[in-house]
Amino acid sequence: MKEKILTNVRIIDPSQKMDEIGNIVIDEKGKIKSIGKKSGTSKSAEKIDLKGLVAIPGLVDMKAFVGEPGFEYKENFRTLSQAALAGGVTSIVTMPNTKPVIDNVSMVDFIIRRGRDKAKVNLFPCASITRQMEGNQMTEFGLLKARGIIGFSDVNKTIQNSELMSRIMNYASDIDVLIMQHAEDYELAKNSCINQGEVATRLGLQGVSDIAEKIIIERDLSLLSEFPCRYHINQISSKNSLNVIKKNKSNGIKFSTGVSINNLSLNQNDIGEFRTFLKLSPPLRSEEDRLSLIEGIKNDLINVIVSDHIPEDEESKRLPFAQAATGSIGIETLLSLSLELYHNESLPLEKIIKCLTINPAKILKIDKGSLKEGSDADICIFDLEKPWVVKAEELKSKSKNTAIENRKLQGKVKMTLLQGEVVYSN
Amino acid sequence: MATEKKVTAIKNTPKHLLGIQNLSVLEAKEILTEAKSFIKLNRGSSKKLDVLRGKTQINLFFEPSTRTQSSFDLAGKRLGADVMTMNMGNSALKKGETLIDTAMTLNAMHPDIIVIRHQDSGAPNLLSQKVNCTVINAGDGRREHPTQALLDALTIINRKGNIEGLKIAICGDILHSRVARSNIYLMNMLGAEVNVIAPKTLMPKGIDNLGVKSFTDMKKGLDGCDIVMMLRLQNERMQGSFLPSKREYYEFFGLTPEKLKFAKKDALLMHPGPMNRGVEIDTKLADDINVSLVKEQVELGVAVRMACLKLYCK
Repeated sequence: MKEKILTNVRIIDPSQKMDEIGNIVIDEKGKIKSIGKKSGTSKSAEKIDLKGLVAIPGLVDMKAFVGEPGFEYKENFRTLSQAALAGGVTSIVTMPNTKPVIDNVSMVDFIIRRGRDKAKVNLFPCASITRQMEGNQMTEFGLLKARGIIGFSDVNKTIQNSELMSRIMNYASDIDVLIMQHAEDYELAKNSCINQGEVATRLGLQGVSDIAEKIIIERDLSLLSEFPCRYHINQISSKNSLNVIKKNKSNGIKFSTGVSINNLSLNQNDIGEFRTFLKLSPPLRSEEDRLSLIEGIKNDLINVIVSDHIPEDEESKRLPFAQAATGSIGIETLLSLSLELYHNESLPLEKIIKCLTINPAKILKIDKGSLKEGSDADICIFDLEKPWVVKAEELKSKSKNTAIENRKLQGKVKMTLLQGEVVYSN
Repeated sequence: MATEKKVTAIKNTPKHLLGIQNLSVLEAKEILTEAKSFIKLNRGSSKKLDVLRGKTQINLFFEPSTRTQSSFDLAGKRLGADVMTMNMGNSALKKGETLIDTAMTLNAMHPDIIVIRHQDSGAPNLLSQKVNCTVINAGDGRREHPTQALLDALTIINRKGNIEGLKIAICGDILHSRVARSNIYLMNMLGAEVNVIAPKTLMPKGIDNLGVKSFTDMKKGLDGCDIVMMLRLQNERMQGSFLPSKREYYEFFGLTPEKLKFAKKDALLMHPGPMNRGVEIDTKLADDINVSLVKEQVELGVAVRMACLKLYCK
């Protein structure tokens, strides 16, 4: 590869507190050679003028589902990576709820090989916390970690058994693995498909109170004070949960928290008359909850924004709401929808980018999410102002279940680089 | 009714009757006016009209039903439609996919009206997106049962002359009741004041935002009411999960002659049926023709459904 210089670009890199117009020099090995306004230039290098555009570290998405193996008709490595790169995401943490579940070493080898052959992004696979994600027996954390598993998650399932959870934390603390919990009490959430409240009452649907989320977070954080391990709450959705997090953080408990871009940008009223693409877990809640989550990001109580990319085929969504599949795609629109929070003055730009780059990288302990000299030149270049309309059929995912069909957004990815190579541009 | 003048708010075809929430006041009044004209017809000896001659009506029932199904059946036949009733049973396997599959299959046979009853809230809405005939909701999950509310309104109008200014209490399992929801919307729309009375575990969250006052005490909730609507309480909800027991429920929420005295002197009693005698209602009270409108509700149900079929299947 020839040396590359990206010139006249506004560089925002929260990992080095940088927000300035300058150049990025990428060496032959695809690493950042120098960056910023003082960055040098060389004659032999290939020049790309990016005047008027913004360059940030390639996004790190901590929660996405790739259909392989078992659900290739929903998404595969190729389509997921195309969608990701079109959205400026260069590192993806993939979920283990495939068929079969990624809960043993042989599956990890398969996933890593397959991802390497078919995907053009950095893939960081998760394994399940418990075998078959059944919440009974823990998986081989140590062996799985040695094979390249970056974290453990039962995805949309929760460890209900408190004793098992305490042992998981206790065991995990010794071998430094990341445990990611989906917080939902099963009994309280039974048969529910929407937030409890007026909307649920009107639609005649079984609602779930935010207490179902809060109660698990409270339990886990109590256990965590006894068994400190690397613990991450996948996605929170309510003000009540945030209050618990605030209290525990001020008591010195160490953990991290994520939120789905959907819960930051939509509320339960958007479900309208049974729009099943907005059936999500955790569910969309009230506007008050949404606003509190934004505050949570401002106050560093929430560290990560994820796409919670869940591709679902049309048939599993074209059902009565209670029976329809849960989840929406979102990896391609993650950045643009996040930028909406900047344009409507909810959050500063630097904060948004932090939650999409260096924060998840730090939690995962991976060398990504930064454009410091010497790091991989995974770069997302976007036009901050460009208006566009989300059209499901134009999205690159194999499944088209976007929760924000026809939404007018501002800000779009122009180019994505992976280790110095331009892997996407429009 | 306030306006006996013929209003024609329902114009476009195919239009669906999915819920009271989607109706305007004018539309609701038009249905009620139309229904009134059928009451006499139904009491006469010659009941057949040919308004819907040549039209095909399919009753698609995914949930068992006696009165709603037979009522729609009769209503269609009296208007001259060809009526076919399909009982789709309740098996879990038949859920979901079958709804869409069945819809497509039926649609290919060119029906003019599909009347649907389904255990999932929103199923009629989904169906209406897939077929190009009129869809009438005969009850979906716990969301809406519009024709029940309309027949309740007609029954009240028939007795009290008007709904505006009345105070109506709805008592029982509000949480799981589509009848309660549709009635709340319709009675509010027609100018009544609505109280809902239920034990806390059977009261849905956010109900106050629907324009009602909620009570857990029959005495307070029934105070000054002209109409008392009792709801059916299903057996499985009485055994400890929602309520401690049948007899405890009856003690506090069962309608007895004594409790009825909390309401106005001339208060009337309604029930969508089927009744659990001795659970939500005293058996003598249920049969007291001076108080109970239950039989009238069933009778006027046919008239209301005839009106809906006629107006929505132009």
